[in-house]
Amino acid sequence: MEKRAVIEKFTPEKDNMLNILHELQNSNPNNYLTTEDLKLVADYLNTSYSSVYGVVKYYSMFSLKPRGKFVIRVCRSPLCHMVKTDQVLDEIKKNIGIGLGETTDDQLFSIESSECLGHCAKAPVIMINEKVYKELDPMKIKNIFQSIKLNEQNS
Amino acid sequence: MVSEKRIALKNIGKYNIKSIDEYIGIGGYNSVKKALKLKPLDIINTISDSKLRGRGGAGFPTGMKQQFTNQSAGIQKYIVCNADEGEPGTFKDRIIMEQDPHILIEGMIVAAYAIGASKGYIYVRGEYTDSIQALRIAVEQSYEKGFLGKNILNSGFDLDMEIKLGAGSYLCGEELTLLESLEGKRGYPRIKPPFPAEKGLFGKPTLINNVETFSHIPYIIENGAESYSVLGTEKSPGTKIFTISGDVNKPGFYEVEMGVTLRQLIFDFAGGIKDGKAFKAAVLGGAAGTFVNESVLDTPMGFDTLKEKGAVLGSGAIMVMSDERSIFDMTYSILKFFKHESCGKCVPCRVGTTQLMLMMDDALQNGTNRKDVLNKILRESEYMAKASLCPLGQSPIIPIRSLKQYFEDQF
Repeated sequence: MEKRAVIEKFTPEKDNMLNILHELQNSNPNNYLTTEDLKLVADYLNTSYSSVYGVVKYYSMFSLKPRGKFVIRVCRSPLCHMVKTDQVLDEIKKNIGIGLGETTDDQLFSIESSECLGHCAKAPVIMINEKVYKELDPMKIKNIFQSIKLNEQNS
Repeated sequence: MVSEKRIALKNIGKYNIKSIDEYIGIGGYNSVKKALKLKPLDIINTISDSKLRGRGGAGFPTGMKQQFTNQSAGIQKYIVCNADEGEPGTFKDRIIMEQDPHILIEGMIVAAYAIGASKGYIYVRGEYTDSIQALRIAVEQSYEKGFLGKNILNSGFDLDMEIKLGAGSYLCGEELTLLESLEGKRGYPRIKPPFPAEKGLFGKPTLINNVETFSHIPYIIENGAESYSVLGTEKSPGTKIFTISGDVNKPGFYEVEMGVTLRQLIFDFAGGIKDGKAFKAAVLGGAAGTFVNESVLDTPMGFDTLKEKGAVLGSGAIMVMSDERSIFDMTYSILKFFKHESCGKCVPCRVGTTQLMLMMDDALQNGTNRKDVLNKILRESEYMAKASLCPLGQSPIIPIRSLKQYFEDQF
């Protein structure tokens, strides 16, 4: 029922496909799209399940697997690569114990790679959900994760 | 020393982006007020006379694009803004959308009126959350003030505007692929022709321009074509936003008249090479861009002047590498990027981008002679450029050819 309400904020036109999928995914505590979601979207837009599935599989921001509450996107563009993104990944692993493509056991964090996030003047950068963190160094990375974890414990 | 000349960025920092009243207070939407009193053809002529060329990278004359779309038969026409900025090293559109979203909407309204479009879309990449937020507020406020919607400023002209989100595909920044994505499909490229001006979104005539291109329009309409065409160089008039990143002291965005040299951009604007190191290379225009060495430092920046040097202006991205950086490593990263972003629809690109990586790995892991590898990837990318369906498969040749020209000895 809730999901239907999310979908019905949009008119049932196919050009709303990506916007609807984004909203549905964001409304899921595990940041992913379920089979049921895809069926609902297919029904609503009067298209086939397979065409919705095809769209979801094409775009890297959508996931069909449960992810952590916080999705970390590590920019791996040529520029961020030049200023050592690999070290950023190592530092993140030191703090939360996971690497690219993994999710923590407590379902709090997932790490993905991303193409250029458009903050090249302040590389290296990562995004955590909707927020961008720039000019990262080991100390900053440590602080970012400490404060997220602390917030989670208090909430 | 050359200073900045801000046109697309003229309002940055001058108003609170959440307040359309403040925007109107600094002269915002004046170009819409002026344009709606003119004939559409007069607007197109003004844009043509300004000699504005598309700022997304290809440099196609904007006025001509408007003219084609205007002349296309059809009652329903669309205007689309390509805000799917994803070319590595490029962040000019993000700056405009985050810090002056209204200028983009203003430019789109004028262009929509000129071509007779009643529906507009801004297709923003999904990762640009701050841009999306800023645009949503700006579009809403623009409706409230009657700059969007029915009968805009009592002119009889109607225009609706929607914001659409991308979802993490570089390829969707290519205009025809963007239109596919906008229709709610997988981002697969279309065969052209037909061009969007004839058959674009939902098969209707569509004008599609980059964020920066639209953002030049208000200035031109307000100040006249000549005020713009006198700026820059003869073949590349006006200003360009350059985004400078990498090994410089002051990385950032700078809007400067075309014709500025790379040396001025790197050493004057961006404060020179960091940590007292020496300049080795700059990658101009992003991944689908060109490596250049110090011999290009004094070439005026422009579409044609750089072309003569075997380089491209592209999106205006400038990634600077000091003498400590590895050209091979940067190339590896760029080719890996293309492999990741190839959509797989056409064989030459799908197989070619993988082959390029295999050849690079061959050098990295088996110690194959790198000059031979460079010749091999050059040949492979030539096949790809000839046979691929869309600009992605046609792109690897661009950096690779420049490597052959400028860095064969340092590869």
